[in-house]
Amino acid sequence: MSERTAVIASRVGLHARPAGIFVAAVGELPIEVTISMAGEPVDDAMDASSILSIMSLGASNGDTVVLRAEGDGADEALDSLVKILETDLDAE
Amino acid sequence: MRTIVQTLPGSASTDQSETGRTFAGAGVSPGRIIGSILLMPQAVREPAVGERLAAETSSEEASTALRTAAKAVQSNLTARSVGASGAGREVLEATALMANDPMLVKAAIKLITNGASPERAIWDAAASVAEMLHNLGGYMAERATDVLDVRGRIVAELRGVPAPGIPYSDTPFILIAEDLAPADTATLDPAKVIALVTSSGGPQSHTAIIARALGLPAVVAAVGVDALADGTRIFVDGAAGTILVDPGADEVALAKAWETAAAALAVFDGTGRLHDGHLVPLLSNVGGSKDAVKAAAAGAEGVGLLRTEFCFLERDTEPSIAEQVEAYRGVFDAFPGKKVVVRTLDAGADKPLPFLTDASEPNPALGVRGYRTDLTSPGVLKRQLEAIALAAEGTEAEVWVMAPMISTAEEAEHFAALCAAAGLATPGVMVEVPSAALTAASILEHVDFVSLGTNDLTQYAMAADRQLGPLAALNTPWQPAVLQLIRLTVNGSRDEGHDKPVGVCGEAAADPALAVVLVGLGVATLSMTARALSSVAAVLASVTLPEAQQLAKLALTAHSATDARRLVREKLPILNTLGL
Repeated sequence: MSERTAVIASRVGLHARPAGIFVAAVGELPIEVTISMAGEPVDDAMDASSILSIMSLGASNGDTVVLRAEGDGADEALDSLVKILETDLDAE
Repeated sequence: MRTIVQTLPGSASTDQSETGRTFAGAGVSPGRIIGSILLMPQAVREPAVGERLAAETSSEEASTALRTAAKAVQSNLTARSVGASGAGREVLEATALMANDPMLVKAAIKLITNGASPERAIWDAAASVAEMLHNLGGYMAERATDVLDVRGRIVAELRGVPAPGIPYSDTPFILIAEDLAPADTATLDPAKVIALVTSSGGPQSHTAIIARALGLPAVVAAVGVDALADGTRIFVDGAAGTILVDPGADEVALAKAWETAAAALAVFDGTGRLHDGHLVPLLSNVGGSKDAVKAAAAGAEGVGLLRTEFCFLERDTEPSIAEQVEAYRGVFDAFPGKKVVVRTLDAGADKPLPFLTDASEPNPALGVRGYRTDLTSPGVLKRQLEAIALAAEGTEAEVWVMAPMISTAEEAEHFAALCAAAGLATPGVMVEVPSAALTAASILEHVDFVSLGTNDLTQYAMAADRQLGPLAALNTPWQPAVLQLIRLTVNGSRDEGHDKPVGVCGEAAADPALAVVLVGLGVATLSMTARALSSVAAVLASVTLPEAQQLAKLALTAHSATDARRLVREKLPILNTLGL
């Protein structure tokens, strides 16, 4: 199991457009990725390809989230997702 | 001006039997236009509670059907988002993702496995998700509507019926609907929808208000139009309220002439006056700072009605003083040196605010609404006045304040006292309830001005719900009884003796012919949607004050609203020239 943490950079938090961009990126990966707030149990982690899950996570600007994945290419995949979360997507 | 030809040579696109067929409704937004129609699909019916999977269908088949439908809705919304821009594009992209969301689809498939039909499964799964989002509050709560929208689309896809909501087309079309809801405005693209025609709804319905705000020709209460087929070509005359199927050369010429006139009408020089120089300040009705900036650009001489509730619709809780100050300040800043009339929260009836109104009232139009909410939620009004006073500090706008739904002089007196306590110098009230029109003199002893809200004044004078299509004929401010109440209000101001202004801020002021009548009755200022400023100004400039008074007399003594409107319009040839 690979694991990465990321600090949400978008000012609006992981909502709206930033959430859409993130979910679309997860959807293109061949592996399953989960997301949870830092400090929450692994069992509560949610499907990162679900916009509704991401929205209900309620991650705000500055919050730390944990991404997890397993399988071939998991490390590279998570690195690319961290990059997305740590960019202020709302500013573009 | 109306040359509705009864028989015309048929065209290939239309069923011969429909050619030349006419429909008559109420014209609510002027303009003559020819185009093809698209019908707004019926709202999606809820699948029966507990609807089970058909015996011959396996849960695997049903799950596949659901996945296919969800994917189809997603690709449809994605395709549409490509053609959209700005906020509309973002909304479409986000809803496209929701349509095929793994969390939603998995929840629905679980219900299918337990024996539910795919329609019922997605219905319930989406309801749970929407409730969860709603409970999260704020931005998430607003997205709950999107989930329900997606649900309707998936159910429609499963049933093989058209998706709900405003139909989508690459080419401009005339939208035919039973009636439009406020929520439909968000998805109504004025670049695509060129006119609105509804089979139901009245002149004060949301359809009418939306059409006037967007400057789209519109006819409401045109019974039977929703039976026409998609793609039928029709001619719409939004002033006359008529529709003609498969128009001919005459209508093509009328539509062309309107296009030219509309371009010429687009300008207002910023001073409303009659032909003899009598000044009639033309102000604008606005719902926030965005509207205010637009209105100022359109030449409005101030704001005659700031609908403060529009700053806070869909809010579950009372906005803080700081939030209110910011919202109001934006409007004041758009009108330095000009008058801005702020109406305190007008919640209730068709504009519920959860923190003020009780949705379970049997008669919301006659219920605790407008100023009356001060009885059940004391403090909200006081804090709002405080916020208005704070926002007014340091701005150059001349800030006036008025209360909606005032029925008695006592209420006006109480409101004036609240304004004085907040340091607001110019209190006024709306005249929407007939009792206020009848006692205007006593009311004006306590406040500095009154503003007639003709939409509500009409519905209360005629005892006709403004949302009901069948009552559209009663629900027009051309009703002589309504005009009498306006006359009595002006008389009340004269009797009071200090020449306190009587304005109109209802939809009536946006009807150029009626605007002439209002001025003739002694109304001092008119406030309307910014779109109407130029046409009202053009028509007012064509008459003198004595002429306007003569027309007011004609209307007051007419036997019916239809007669009043016809008699006045006949004496205003400019309406025909301009196609209004």
